Amino acid sequence: MAKKKSHDSSTVNSQLIRRPIKRWFGLFILPTLVCFFIGFIWPFLEGLYLSFCNFQLAKDAKWVGFENYKKIFASLGTLDLGKVFQEDGLWACIKAIFNGNDFLNAFKNTTFFAVVSIVLINVIAFAIAYALTQKVKGANLFRTVFFMPNLIGGVVLGYVWKMIFDGILGKYSTYLTANSTYGFWGLVILVAWQQIGYMMIIYIAGLQSVPGDMLEAAKIDGANGRQTLFRVVIPNVMPSITICTFLTLTNSFKLFDQNMALTGGLPTKVLSSGQPIFTTELLALNIKSTYEINKNYHGVAQAKAVIFFILVAVLALLQLNATRKKEVQQ
Amino acid sequence: MKMKEKYTIGSKVVTCFFVAFCLIWLYPIILVLLNSFRTNSAINMNTFGLPNGESFNGIKNYVTGATVGNYPFLKAVVYSLVITVLSTALILLFTSMTAWYIARVDSTFARIFYLLCVFSMIVPFQMVMYPLVGIADSTKLNTPWTIPVIYLGFGAGLAIFMFVGFIKGLPLEIEEAAAIDGCGPVRTFFNVVFPMLKPTMISVGILELMWVWNDYLLPYLVLDRNKYATIPIYIQMLQGDRGTVDLGATMAIIMLAILPIIIVYLFCQKYIIKGVAAGAVKG
Repeated sequence: MAKKKSHDSSTVNSQLIRRPIKRWFGLFILPTLVCFFIGFIWPFLEGLYLSFCNFQLAKDAKWVGFENYKKIFASLGTLDLGKVFQEDGLWACIKAIFNGNDFLNAFKNTTFFAVVSIVLINVIAFAIAYALTQKVKGANLFRTVFFMPNLIGGVVLGYVWKMIFDGILGKYSTYLTANSTYGFWGLVILVAWQQIGYMMIIYIAGLQSVPGDMLEAAKIDGANGRQTLFRVVIPNVMPSITICTFLTLTNSFKLFDQNMALTGGLPTKVLSSGQPIFTTELLALNIKSTYEINKNYHGVAQAKAVIFFILVAVLALLQLNATRKKEVQQ
Repeated sequence: MKMKEKYTIGSKVVTCFFVAFCLIWLYPIILVLLNSFRTNSAINMNTFGLPNGESFNGIKNYVTGATVGNYPFLKAVVYSLVITVLSTALILLFTSMTAWYIARVDSTFARIFYLLCVFSMIVPFQMVMYPLVGIADSTKLNTPWTIPVIYLGFGAGLAIFMFVGFIKGLPLEIEEAAAIDGCGPVRTFFNVVFPMLKPTMISVGILELMWVWNDYLLPYLVLDRNKYATIPIYIQMLQGDRGTVDLGATMAIIMLAILPIIIVYLFCQKYIIKGVAAGAVKG
């Protein structure tokens, strides 16, 4: 029997191993499968189903079709968009749409938040990583320090930074949740402080894998520091940049603990329809507040969760695609 | 010669810059430590002041914070520990076994299971959290002793993904040799494969520890908050539910919550950084 032994091939032909393991299905697979079913498959499918139901408790759910999905955007019905469009043009119209609905407002916040944190976190993390890979004394110690905030939980971070921002703003006799701009930028600073160290680690790994002879060749050819950075180093760490960009993107979209603890979505603003909007709320927090504020809106919260899942899944697939392509190019 | 000198001066400047930068970076943590010894009114007056004769509160904040209400902080620590240790142990043991089965058997079932695991990695918790509340209640998984089952279920994806990736790179010959020598699959796994998984075990273990220890939403939703608060829930209760915003006491509790993490980190930072970075595959 000629056996093909290649370690990276996904098919294993060894009957010596394969058959006997199969007999132990009950030990090797069953416990994980049961837990995976309870902790993921069942709630996932039930979540899909419940998004089409009206329910307070899952057991007395009543099928209502797309009613919940319509309700998410119901507040837009009270807007007179035609009038806004005629009087103030398209931009005012778009603004009215995103400011006139709690879910779209949270989506807008999340998108802005994601864009700002992607740029801020990646630029600073790359700069620190680049500096630390230039034979700095004590580089390991600095690395340890920068990474540390990453280990602290989101709820704790939220309260620590709330105290700091309130302390600073208190000198100007105001406070963090007085203005949505403070809350937004406060969250950006908090998350940057937490995640820069993490991205820095990935960048350091990327920078260390840039071939030394390439840098030497650039030096011999007379490239200055700037040319070396932009023509040699950055093209070589493109895979790390892709990974970090997408990590910051998905992290921003899924952010919850920090948002809840820092501002809890405050301050609120009441729409002309009477519906309150939490102005510093991101998507994940919006789902929770929808669920908790109104007992009749449990189905709507679940429908929002489904839309949220689709958004995050699309981002994750794009990430997978982008990182794979980069691997092929190398 | 000249080049070298220039290099050292430049390097000293950079080092000085980084020392200053690191101190600024650590300032929030230092501030928590300082304020945990100051009275609430002193913090409200000037958050960034140093403790002095008037504002120094001794360990009073720690006592107040740890005993506020009728739920001792120590109970929250114990529940956090129980949940974290049990969940991590359960995840490491069962997902490594499953991953070995998936990597070596490679049947249609194994492939589908693997794909479902990868899929579960991209599903945000918000999608499953409300159904989970009902499921946990009806299956009696709503206690600190049983909630690890849910952590295993929802956390299996990343762990299996990482283990399968590693096992596929292991040489099959070792396992074949064990089988020829008369080892059954159970002994082959626990005596031969399990020890080889050590590097991935450490990475996965650290990732899961960090996740479960800091997790707020799952225990908040599933457990009875008045009976089984974990540390993040306790801190949230200090600030939110009870209305009394004693900042000094909150900072004392936060200090107690992050101190063990920082100490562990300083001793095993090499493993922790490697482990957390290995989770970068997670979407």
